[in-house]
Amino acid sequence: MIKTSGLSKTFRGGVRAVRGVDLSVDSGEIVGFLGPNGAGKTTTMRMLTTLLRPTAGTATVAGRDLLTDPQGVRRHIGYVSQDGGIGPLNPVGEELELHAMLYGMRPAQARERVAQTLERLELAGLADRAGGALSGGQRRRFDLAFGLVHRPALLFLDEPTTGLDPQSRANLWDHIRRLRDEDGLTVLLSTHYLDEADALADRLVIIDHGAVVAEGTPAEIKGGAGTLDDAFLAITGRSLREDGGTGEPGAAGNGTAAAGTAGKRGAA
Amino acid sequence: MNAIRDTWLVFRHNTRIALRQKAGIVFGVLQPLLYLVLFGPLFATIGTWETLVPGLLAQVALFSAGLAGFGIVMDARSGVLERLRVTPAHRTALLLGRVLGSSFTLLIQSVVLLAAGYAFGLRAPLPGVLAGLVLMALLGVGLAALSNAIALTMNPDLFAPVMGTAIVPLVLLSGAFLPMSMAPAWLDAISLATPFRHVVEAIRDLFAGRYATWTVAAGAAATVVLTLACVAVGTRIFNRENA
Repeated sequence: MIKTSGLSKTFRGGVRAVRGVDLSVDSGEIVGFLGPNGAGKTTTMRMLTTLLRPTAGTATVAGRDLLTDPQGVRRHIGYVSQDGGIGPLNPVGEELELHAMLYGMRPAQARERVAQTLERLELAGLADRAGGALSGGQRRRFDLAFGLVHRPALLFLDEPTTGLDPQSRANLWDHIRRLRDEDGLTVLLSTHYLDEADALADRLVIIDHGAVVAEGTPAEIKGGAGTLDDAFLAITGRSLREDGGTGEPGAAGNGTAAAGTAGKRGAA
Repeated sequence: MNAIRDTWLVFRHNTRIALRQKAGIVFGVLQPLLYLVLFGPLFATIGTWETLVPGLLAQVALFSAGLAGFGIVMDARSGVLERLRVTPAHRTALLLGRVLGSSFTLLIQSVVLLAAGYAFGLRAPLPGVLAGLVLMALLGVGLAALSNAIALTMNPDLFAPVMGTAIVPLVLLSGAFLPMSMAPAWLDAISLATPFRHVVEAIRDLFAGRYATWTVAAGAAATVVLTLACVAVGTRIFNRENA
């Protein structure tokens, strides 16, 4: 469903955000794209979703060549960005209908699809709400609705549960699993929560400093390390929780991070 | 075909939103209306309403369509713009639909201003008024495209203050408030270099019932060239980062 080779992005000014990512995602799997903040996850996602032009490398996304047929790629993918795409003032249902029609649906079909999608995501009855009047969890599910309303074969989720309370997270996880199980949807999901990756992903791809440093099933990645946290620290030399957002107190000091550097070289 | 359909969809969506936020429409035309009410009667003692109102129309165009980029700043911030960019919608349609929506808003504001002007004593022939509105619609497309391009390029926090300031000299140089024939040569020369001077004078001719004049031709040409150039720049900048 996704196959990239040497995908790279160097921004004007010389920042090499992504340096030759080789990625392969099969049909029907949920792949967790893991990495610390600034590792290149979002830049990679933005390239794969046609929002950024790669500076090197090639990619096939949903059966289309990313560089020669971005329009074909767009038709077959859904993308939910980190910050979502809901304005504060407009009724979300109206935005969803426009969104659906931009995929070529006729008005009646768009209305029907929007209704079905909202029903499925337990959002029925909220279509007339303005974006600003939604709770965090509702908002995130609406973001998901934008990514799904045209029934794509492949869905990109960039940090879908950041900032959500535990209940809303678990709820969103259920929805994502159901999409894979019932519809055979392929999902590439970036996250910096290890528990999320562990709970959802069939396979993990770990990215650091703009390159893939490890990949495998959660069990394979854990290997002898016991927990995903330990394995991750060994591979990247960094804790995922250094931003402190959800960190347990004292989970990883700078000392352990420095000690882990040797492990990274070994693994890479 | 796709491009036209997508442009229509985006236009209709943006227009629906604009019409719902009536305060925005009123606010855009408020300043020229204040000039009409509080300065117009004064101006009418030395000039005519047919001279003043075209200038005020240029003022609405600059204040309304010229600040249209504010909407794209909001949409970029909330992620709406990026969400639309991932759809297979025709790339240019995403900008053009939005820009046509701004132009439509400007047309409504122009009609409000003309109606108020009529109440005060403006008497322009209908063909002249209609031709003037056509120029306004074109100008609205061009200015909104340029405004969007600027908004996408510059620091979003600076957009409103910078544009708000840039618009003032453009309004003054267009001769909106006093005909530039009264200006010293150097000011007249600068004014002639700005497109809005020509648009204002063309609409003045149209409102006076003079249609086949060089002034009208120059104003129409300035409007068309400005609009085409701005749409070209806007499209280029809007599509810059896309794959």
